[in-house]
Amino acid sequence: MSARDEILARIGRAVAGAEDVEIPRGYRAGRQAEGLVELFAERVDDYRAIVHVLPASEVPAKIDESVAGRRMIVPDGFDRTGGWNDLGTADGVITSCAVAIAETGTIVLDHGPGQGTRAQTLVPDYHLCVVRADQIVAGVPEAVARLDPARPLTWISGPSATSDIELNRVEGVHGPRTLEVIIST
Amino acid sequence: MSATFLGMPGNFPENSAKAVQDSQLRFNLRKATHTIRGKRAGVVGELPDWQELRAAGKAIKDHTLRNLDRYLLQLEEAVTGAGGTVHWARDAAEANRIVTDLVKATGETEVVKVKSMATQEIELNQALAEHGITAYETDLAELIVQLGDDFPSHILVPAIHRNRSEIREIFLDRMPDAPRDLTDDPPALTEAARLHLRERFLRSKVAISGANFMVAETGTLVVLESEGNGRMCLSLPETLISVVGIEKLLPSWRDLEVFLQLLPRSSTGERMNPYTSMWTGSVEGQDFHLVLLDNGRTDVLADEVGRQALRCIRCSACLNVCPVYERAGGHAYGSVYPGPIGAILTPQLRGMSSELDASLPFASSLCGACYEVCPVAIDIPEVLVDLRAKAPHAAAERAGMKVAGWILNDHNRLARAQRAATRVRGFVPKRLPGPLSAWTDTRDVPEIPEESFRDWWERNERA
Repeated sequence: MSARDEILARIGRAVAGAEDVEIPRGYRAGRQAEGLVELFAERVDDYRAIVHVLPASEVPAKIDESVAGRRMIVPDGFDRTGGWNDLGTADGVITSCAVAIAETGTIVLDHGPGQGTRAQTLVPDYHLCVVRADQIVAGVPEAVARLDPARPLTWISGPSATSDIELNRVEGVHGPRTLEVIIST
Repeated sequence: MSATFLGMPGNFPENSAKAVQDSQLRFNLRKATHTIRGKRAGVVGELPDWQELRAAGKAIKDHTLRNLDRYLLQLEEAVTGAGGTVHWARDAAEANRIVTDLVKATGETEVVKVKSMATQEIELNQALAEHGITAYETDLAELIVQLGDDFPSHILVPAIHRNRSEIREIFLDRMPDAPRDLTDDPPALTEAARLHLRERFLRSKVAISGANFMVAETGTLVVLESEGNGRMCLSLPETLISVVGIEKLLPSWRDLEVFLQLLPRSSTGERMNPYTSMWTGSVEGQDFHLVLLDNGRTDVLADEVGRQALRCIRCSACLNVCPVYERAGGHAYGSVYPGPIGAILTPQLRGMSSELDASLPFASSLCGACYEVCPVAIDIPEVLVDLRAKAPHAAAERAGMKVAGWILNDHNRLARAQRAATRVRGFVPKRLPGPLSAWTDTRDVPEIPEESFRDWWERNERA
């Protein structure tokens, strides 16, 4: 008997006669809330990331200011010319995102156009992410509903961190040590 | 290479009696568990629907376990359809063999690892070492444990028993590239680990991980982490091997909306952990293998009371609130799963044939704090009591219980026994002799009344 068949047979014997259960879903979901930009900005700031809220027209100038003097990777599909191509020597990466979550201050990348590969958003020490106001949803259920599971997904909540030494939070381990978020309204 | 837990001698009472003598350990644990307790309470309190999420989490897991065979097949189909390869392992030896063969097939002799309880449980690093393959732990706490040739003592923070100056010593002794002027400042220690692992991440061809969740419907695997070592291992190497317990399954994509709220808040006490990676099958050209691990889980599933332990999402909230864990520390439990959840999981996964494993169901005061904080509502005290009944007991204890059962089973017998006890009440010592002294060393012998309640009631009813 193969391991697969044996494990499946053991499961069948173990649960024979057990009752199934209904799943109560009384938690909050499908919310259309006000003030998401402010809440998202506040929650991202709580992780000690840098946050700006700007009208769309002022975003390009802000990007220029933030990346000045840095060798930046600009992924395919991101609306900006130029950029640095060598991952090993890049100082930073600039991306858009797939969705953002106000309640938890989270950015989700699905690595589609403008969002780079997984390595491009991980190896450089600085990540600048531009979030459109209409990409911000209230909470986790609203984000899960918008995402495509067939794509690789990276959920980012603040800069890389660890609490492994006396449970004190220290920012900056293996991922980007600086996360900067521009919310375009 | 970190040491191994299996076949550890001793028992919980002896181990914990030694541990409580270590004042440094008690100080480290108290500080750490109280910090995380406060953080968890804060972020859980923020959500008005926490109890609804908890009820949903419990029900989703129970439903999954009830239909585990069907969902595993669905998962296998989805992962295979997305370009991954699925392997099945009945026990630790089989899982280790599968992983070893997969690594050998790549021709590599070094692998990087993401922190994983399943691979600790099967002692994969030791198995790989026997075949000349070196596994490098990349989580900071796992690295501290591995470099220190030490045991993990906590599910989430395996080096919780070490303070900053101990960690500095370990780094200076065991990490060849640690700066000689390294201080014990946590950011400096973290920077040393970052530099130590950086090159290894960039050149490693094979990574081994576990997973927090697997979604049957889509074949998606999910890993939550903080440091970015997980992202490094999951996305840079050419080959990724994930070893995952069969109970880590969720039926549908939508179910993640519940668990991505329950886990980070219960575990690190954050609204969300810094990084969560999700991938389905082979991504960006990577060769992906999933090893589904039983290793005793189907035995646990067969136990009507004990099977709820399989709902566990390894958050470690129960460790952080447990008064016994806080004082005894994780090593006393002699397992990669310490604390309250370990006290019910280890004896069920390994059986109770060793003295250590048989002592674990008693490593609790049954206060119930663990049940209260559990995000999937595992009634740990209920399982502990059930396991206590199943644990081996000494012949004298069994005989004593048999007599007590015989007396308590009949009210006339009980009344006669009570009257007999009343007559000798003056002669019962405060401390019992011989082996019975183990009981009275920490408890008072109950006062025997002059007259039993039954007799008093009888007298007053007649009057």
